[in-house]
Amino acid sequence: MNESTVAKLKKAALQVRMDCINIQKLVGSGHLGGSFSAVELLVYLYFFRMRIDPQHPWAEERDVFILSKGHASLGYYSVLARRGFFSVDELKTYRRINSRLQGHTQMDSAPGIECSSGSLGQGLSFGLGMALGYKKRGLPNLVYVMVGDGELQEGQIWEAIILQSRLCLDNLILIIDQNRLQLDDYVRNVSGDENYLERFRAFGFHAIGVDGHDFLQIDQAFKEVQPGRANVIIASTVKGKGISFMENEIAWHAKKLSAAEYEAALAELKEEEASLCMN
Amino acid sequence: MYELVAPRDIFGSTLVEIGKVNERLFVVNADLSAATKTDKFRAEFGDRFINVGISEQNMVGVAAGLARVGFIPVMSTFACFAPGRCYDQIRQSIAYTNLNVKIASTHPGLAVGVDGATHQSLDDLALMRVLPNMTVLAPSDQVQTRKAVLKAVEHEGPVYLRIGRMECPVFFREEMEFEIGKAYVLREGTDVTLIAHGSMVGVIYEAAQILAEKGIQARVIDMPTIKPLDQAAIRQAAQETKAIVTAEDHFLCGGLYSAVCEVVAGLVPVRGVAVRDTFGESGTPAELYEKYGLTPNSVVEEVFHALH
Repeated sequence: MNESTVAKLKKAALQVRMDCINIQKLVGSGHLGGSFSAVELLVYLYFFRMRIDPQHPWAEERDVFILSKGHASLGYYSVLARRGFFSVDELKTYRRINSRLQGHTQMDSAPGIECSSGSLGQGLSFGLGMALGYKKRGLPNLVYVMVGDGELQEGQIWEAIILQSRLCLDNLILIIDQNRLQLDDYVRNVSGDENYLERFRAFGFHAIGVDGHDFLQIDQAFKEVQPGRANVIIASTVKGKGISFMENEIAWHAKKLSAAEYEAALAELKEEEASLCMN
Repeated sequence: MYELVAPRDIFGSTLVEIGKVNERLFVVNADLSAATKTDKFRAEFGDRFINVGISEQNMVGVAAGLARVGFIPVMSTFACFAPGRCYDQIRQSIAYTNLNVKIASTHPGLAVGVDGATHQSLDDLALMRVLPNMTVLAPSDQVQTRKAVLKAVEHEGPVYLRIGRMECPVFFREEMEFEIGKAYVLREGTDVTLIAHGSMVGVIYEAAQILAEKGIQARVIDMPTIKPLDQAAIRQAAQETKAIVTAEDHFLCGGLYSAVCEVVAGLVPVRGVAVRDTFGESGTPAELYEKYGLTPNSVVEEVFHALH
């Protein structure tokens, strides 16, 4: 990945964060914390890595992204819109009556939305079914599944991890958005040990750790995926990333921005924008 | 006398029959293939069969994913485990997505017998019929079960199939066509209508014979589709007979009785023979049917309550 690509991806990520605060301000709800932790990973996948064509969203030869942590829908929809799956203007309908952009994702409600999620823990099983089906059909499609670290408390995820440790479907890449916070508390206070690299290795996975906000590192991590193995990328991220007063704050799981907070957040993003333009 | 055959056996062989002509059929199992009889499919089409392990929630997701890429997955376990163990997964990953998954659950109701209450699903029809997009089938004999499995696979969209374990008499003739959403009148009558599904069809048929001896002519309806319900047949029964009595190996709450009431509430007396607000227990199916009132005599009693 060259510097100009990194610059392009950084601008896209900034645009997504702008969309998120603008839409949240407009509609009065949406999960900023868990959207912001995933922005760089989503932008990397949709603007650089995945084999997709927004003009043909259901093309058989597409790669597939499964957002298992469906509450990150706000950031996810912004990425889909900025990538051209639907208009950026449509983001204004988010969570409103008669919208295609449901509060948590609904499969196929708008182009590019590949699964229904919101009840946590279901995306990996769904992705495994797809990856198994692609293998059986001899198709080269890749399936990416994003799961939150809080979401790893769901038992179904571990049912699926056991199955993947047996099947070793290398056309599926599991991504853990490890932002270390959940709705009520720090994940460590709920789950205990946070060493997911070791945990996944104990299950036979090829586990790759990465800074989930650094595009060069993210790209390197995806290059380290191994054939014939169950692969997982453990992305260390910051919940609320990009807005100083949201970062690592449990309160910002789904909190609504006040007018003053919106202005402060906007000012920070504009500052970031100015520094990106100078570089 | 009728020939007695267990529907689950025909389920296994029907999957093999479909597998031979339909390459999209994929069977998903959660370590119960010997009991649900999907092992026959594995023996012939091992490449389109997976044991996901003892993990019903995961099985739902894997089946949904297979459907998303073009397969027609039939996921099978006991009715107490699907929907019981994975209701939310069915709701979000199959019903809400409207994916083409067939949930084929065997060993329903008190008919499970000695395994006891944990294994006796008396709520599965209630759970499945409330879900939008879901078609719910509860066939009775082996002929009807085979035809229902064929139609379920043909049907585009999610289907819940409740497949009996107990041997039961054959009423459905080979030459009859099975249609989803259609009621089958097994006996004409103008005094009262008896409606049942699955293992209770034979029971209401027997009840009708007892009633005939007492001078009451009962219409007997086999209702293998719980959703979409054959509303026309039920309304017709409400108009042409004086009362309706349903019978099912399921809780009274939420199953066929509730579904029928939703159609004809207030129009005609409706009474139900079913398991009341209680769990089952271990025992032979015959003992359990007797103790919990799933018998021809219970049906006859309810008919008298309804008519007087």
